[in-house]
Amino acid sequence: MNDLVFTVLRLGFLILLWLLVLSIVGALRRDLAIGSRARVGGPSAREIRKDPSLASPPEAPAKQQAKTLAILEGPLTGLEHQLTASPVLLGRAQEASIVLEDDYASGRHARLFPQGTRWFIEDLGSTNGTFLGEAQLTRAQPVELGQKIRIGKTVMELRP
Amino acid sequence: MSELETAPVPRRNMELLLLLLALAVAMGAYYLVGINSDDGPSQEFITQGLFLAGLALVFHVILRIWAKYADPVILPVTVALNGIGLAMIHRIDLARNDDQAFRQILWTGVAMAVACVTLWAIRDHRVLRRFTYIALAVSVLLLLLPLIPKVGVVLNGARIWVHFFGLSFQPGELAKITLAIFFAGYLSSNRELILLAGRKIGPLQLPRARDLGPMVVAWLVSIGVLVVQRDLGSSILFFGLFMVMIYVATARVSWIVIGTLMLVGGGIFAYLTMSHVTRRIDGWLNAFDPDIYHASGGSRQIVEGLFGLANGGLMGTGLGNGSPYMVPLANSDMIVASLGEELGLIGLSAIVLLYLILVSRGMRAALGSRDTFGKLLATGLSFTIGLQCFVVIGGVTRLIPLTGLTTPFMAAGGSSLLSNWIIVALLLLISHNSRRPMLSGVSATAEVATKAPRRSRGLLESLKETKR
Repeated sequence: MNDLVFTVLRLGFLILLWLLVLSIVGALRRDLAIGSRARVGGPSAREIRKDPSLASPPEAPAKQQAKTLAILEGPLTGLEHQLTASPVLLGRAQEASIVLEDDYASGRHARLFPQGTRWFIEDLGSTNGTFLGEAQLTRAQPVELGQKIRIGKTVMELRP
Repeated sequence: MSELETAPVPRRNMELLLLLLALAVAMGAYYLVGINSDDGPSQEFITQGLFLAGLALVFHVILRIWAKYADPVILPVTVALNGIGLAMIHRIDLARNDDQAFRQILWTGVAMAVACVTLWAIRDHRVLRRFTYIALAVSVLLLLLPLIPKVGVVLNGARIWVHFFGLSFQPGELAKITLAIFFAGYLSSNRELILLAGRKIGPLQLPRARDLGPMVVAWLVSIGVLVVQRDLGSSILFFGLFMVMIYVATARVSWIVIGTLMLVGGGIFAYLTMSHVTRRIDGWLNAFDPDIYHASGGSRQIVEGLFGLANGGLMGTGLGNGSPYMVPLANSDMIVASLGEELGLIGLSAIVLLYLILVSRGMRAALGSRDTFGKLLATGLSFTIGLQCFVVIGGVTRLIPLTGLTTPFMAAGGSSLLSNWIIVALLLLISHNSRRPMLSGVSATAEVATKAPRRSRGLLESLKETKR
């Protein structure tokens, strides 16, 4: 074979190598748009501006305020905690407002706090996660009356 | 520690596509080596190329069954690197009438089989956490193995090899995995203690003296490796591994400061007292000095490698057209110089990018992982690959002193291939566990962590699981 063919093959190989690198990077692009589809909550303000139909209908003012936090399952079943205006710390640590005696709960597991007329729950970097309904919390989310909050083996809900 | 999530999609078809492209690169490299040799495309092109392709496809099918949600990029990148390395070793065989490539492909087969067994046997990486202290014991054992008389052998001035039944093996390569498991297990249980206790001096929060214990032990181990086994590369690797893992676990800059000070202290001590370290540093600073060039263990290897890189230039001489065999150890320690000569700066930067992608995917698996142990393990394992690349490529290009570490997946040598493929299997497992859909119910987060994984879970059941 002559030199020309060699040169073409040599450069062709380099192009093939870069093609591999670029197609891998292309395949990863989807991963870089982190969470836009995986996000658990509603659309962001920016998405709503682009597409107004995404906006959720304005919520009716809550008819009833949550007054107690009731534990339905787990070691503390039956306990009812009176909610005041201050946040509630859930966890195994002694300083928690409700000390969960649950092997799967972290020391400072989650925080339940009031904002406006609603209560929000936020995971505090727990090992095993906090679940609202079926979904694991990735950020603070509002809790509706009767919606199940699960930490380890403990299940609780807000009651009027 | 931070956490990222992506929508759970298997993406195995994407992996197959990239894998075929990666195999095309590997076969292309083999083909070019073949047509540029005197006898034309040889038998090896067909047999070894097809063997590699078969192994890679079997691995892909196994991922489809056991780790469906694993990262789609890790396997193709690894296969491409392994294939290019094989072609280069074959090319140097042709020049030297050797048969290293055959041994290398056999080791590739063994390594991929062991990686598959790892995937099957572990299934859930959190099981490894129970072996924290066993992993420490195994690492110490592996590091001491070469010191046993008759079993251990001195090669190229370093006592890091063992001989069993005619096979030589470098146990230190496996020790980096067991050490990563130990550090991950230890730090994930003691993280909060180390994080909270301590005094604050200026902007630095200093750890308590007793929390410094493991750091000192890691430092002593790496110095011990350096003194007793005379292996500079592994000693840097082990210390770097621990420093990064403790930094990732605590996010405290003070650890980096303390670690760097210890490293500098150890380095100066080694330079002043150990002749082989002194030689390495002199060979790095004054590589072109004729006295040092001609001295035994001098800078000849580095300088020949640099000449090779210069000969390659931007585009390279083309596979099979250069003369990389002039460099001592051209198919193992200096394989980067060989590749740089024949593929040029353009080809070598593509290879460096492949490593970068591999390491970044490992870090991504760590970010996505839902437990501290998995995060630390994935960070540590992918960091070892990155640090090895830095130490080797930096040494060959005379950025830092040359030390005897292997280029992952490329350099000729079975132990390195084996341990790096196990690392890939673990990274695939961790990424599978972080990307698969969350199962609702307690079992998804709590019970799996304490119970052994269910071995019997077959295809059917995992299908059902995804439908839920």
